[in-house]
Amino acid sequence: MKRTVLGVVLMAAVLVAGAVFVGMRAVGARPAEASLDLRSGELVYVDPAGRVRQAGRTGPACQRVDVAAGTLVCLRATAIPAQSEIVVLDAAGERLRLSEWGAPSRARVSPSGKVVMWTVFRAGDSYLGGVGTFSTTAGIYDLKRGEHYGSLEDFRLVVDGVDHTADDVNYWGITFTRDDRSFYATAASGGKTWLVRGSLDTRVLTSVRENVECPSLSPDGRRIAYKFRTGDLWRLHVLDLASGTDVALAEPQHVDDQPQWLDDSWVAYGRDRAIWKVPASGGGSPELVHADAASPAVAR
Amino acid sequence: MYVSSVRAGTPSDRDRSSHPIPATVIGLGVVSLITDLSAEMVTAVLPLYLVYGLGVGYLQLGAIDGLYTGATALLRLAGGHLADRLQRPKAVALFGYGLSALTKLGFPLAGSSVAGMGLVIGVDRAGKGIRTGPRDAMITLATPSDALGRAFGVHRALDTAGALLGPLVAFGLLSLLFMDYTSVFAVSFCCAVLAVVVLAVFVRQPAGVAARRPGLSWNVLRDRQVRRAVLIVALLGACTVGDMFLFVGVQKTAGLPAGVLPLLPLVTALTFMVAAAPIGKMADRLGRWKVFLAGHVVLFLAYALMAFSWGGWISAAVVLLAHGVFYACTDGVLMAYVGPLVPEPVRATGLAFVQTGQALARAAGAVLFGVVATGLSLAPAFGVFAALLAVAVVVGARR
Repeated sequence: MKRTVLGVVLMAAVLVAGAVFVGMRAVGARPAEASLDLRSGELVYVDPAGRVRQAGRTGPACQRVDVAAGTLVCLRATAIPAQSEIVVLDAAGERLRLSEWGAPSRARVSPSGKVVMWTVFRAGDSYLGGVGTFSTTAGIYDLKRGEHYGSLEDFRLVVDGVDHTADDVNYWGITFTRDDRSFYATAASGGKTWLVRGSLDTRVLTSVRENVECPSLSPDGRRIAYKFRTGDLWRLHVLDLASGTDVALAEPQHVDDQPQWLDDSWVAYGRDRAIWKVPASGGGSPELVHADAASPAVAR
Repeated sequence: MYVSSVRAGTPSDRDRSSHPIPATVIGLGVVSLITDLSAEMVTAVLPLYLVYGLGVGYLQLGAIDGLYTGATALLRLAGGHLADRLQRPKAVALFGYGLSALTKLGFPLAGSSVAGMGLVIGVDRAGKGIRTGPRDAMITLATPSDALGRAFGVHRALDTAGALLGPLVAFGLLSLLFMDYTSVFAVSFCCAVLAVVVLAVFVRQPAGVAARRPGLSWNVLRDRQVRRAVLIVALLGACTVGDMFLFVGVQKTAGLPAGVLPLLPLVTALTFMVAAAPIGKMADRLGRWKVFLAGHVVLFLAYALMAFSWGGWISAAVVLLAHGVFYACTDGVLMAYVGPLVPEPVRATGLAFVQTGQALARAAGAVLFGVVATGLSLAPAFGVFAALLAVAVVVGARR
């Protein structure tokens, strides 16, 4: 009997302690959602609480955000485990909502605001990877035509002129050109990665160059900022598409982000839970843009 | 809620003869329910926490994830052996549950140190490995041998309920509290401590642990029947497709949207939860080995259905239901079959041995399926595994 009482008291104490802790954390956890100004030219980012922020305004809850031509794409985890949601907003409100299987990784809007694209991480659907490997899936939605391209895996991949049909191919980090039909992305297979150029019309992906991850087209469409892998380190590089000239940027640290062009001369990225920028020329040095922030975007 | 259900199951020898399911089994089931809820909360949010809470990249996350599987298998054997050696399965189980409970505090404290995080996950898995064998041994010791199937069924049903609730609670908290991972870990810790309290206070160690100290634990394998069971269990395990392949296969052949995929395992788990106890009871009546094999026949049918890739919701539902029934026919039922074969002094070791063999064989099966699926494609690969499974069942059915 004494034992029962002791047990009940202990359990009650644990439950109360837990409830009080969560209650304390919950106080003030939900700031009101305001509408953002999607053409202000200001920085848009995600704060540590997972909310989109722009100057003094708080937007929707997202892990990744991007804005272009008045269209905002938000990629976030849902209340269902291992599910992500792609939400597209513009000045009129919500335009589109899609669900995906996987954890949020990258999100982008084409320069025209007419096409959105995303990458999600999935654990456990690779055939041979076994334990400790991840696979990714990258998808595209054409808002103007209402066409959904669920996965680049459904496209044909041509590497160095030869059809590549291995099953271990993964795609991530899509970036669109101004014509809204062609794009760049990273393809990976057999431990290698390639920059690929793809087309929504032909549904073909063609390799351009090896060792390019998370490409990001400059506003002028002539250069690509990306992650260059050396060993276990990712360094930021900028590639000139016409000349093939490749420069390492002045950020010496490991960066795991799809870079974002602030304008034609500065590249922004998230590192150590802050947003930094570095000149696209390869000169200069990294400058802090915003502390306690991730997923930089510009409302242009 | 917990209090009342635990009280109803408070062990007392007087009740045991009249109560159809021993109080120890219900108690252990409740402990497993709360512990699984706690563990699955963490498992579900860990990738998001590492990437968006701590800023650890997926590159490093892959290395951490590898620790999950390896640590459990060997420590399960160690835990089983220790429980027999000390003749105190409850104490060893308590140590395992306590160890995992403590690690829940380690997650927020380890910060963004990848090594620290790896250590915390490793210790958590170690706790899981250590407690499994002794816990199942306690179930067999507390239950009359003719009711074991049902007892294990009830335990597994409660266990699965916890595993189902965990991710939902975790993501519910995350959406309510705006990605406050600390709250998730705190609630997970509270649940784990709750389970330890229930085990320590309300679950009595069953009588019937033999007085003789066991010798070297590998002696378990000397028994012909046990050896045969381990071999066939491993053979069948190697002919099963990894769960995730099955879910992806179902989603693809049925043409379901990718966002539905996270919901598919829930269908399997729900079926398992509902069917575990009734099928366990049936196994007590019809024979546990028969039901264990019958479960694999059901799985064979599911694979065959996948091989013909009949699309549509109905076919997807049938495959998932069959998958859940397969688990209900094989998981607890196997323990109920092996338990009485192993002499009491080395029971925890024996059970741990069978579980480890099964887990390793299933891991091998998943890799094998990967190779076959890469060589052929998804549907023919399911055909190959259906054929392999049929052969294995025939081998298992021979006297």
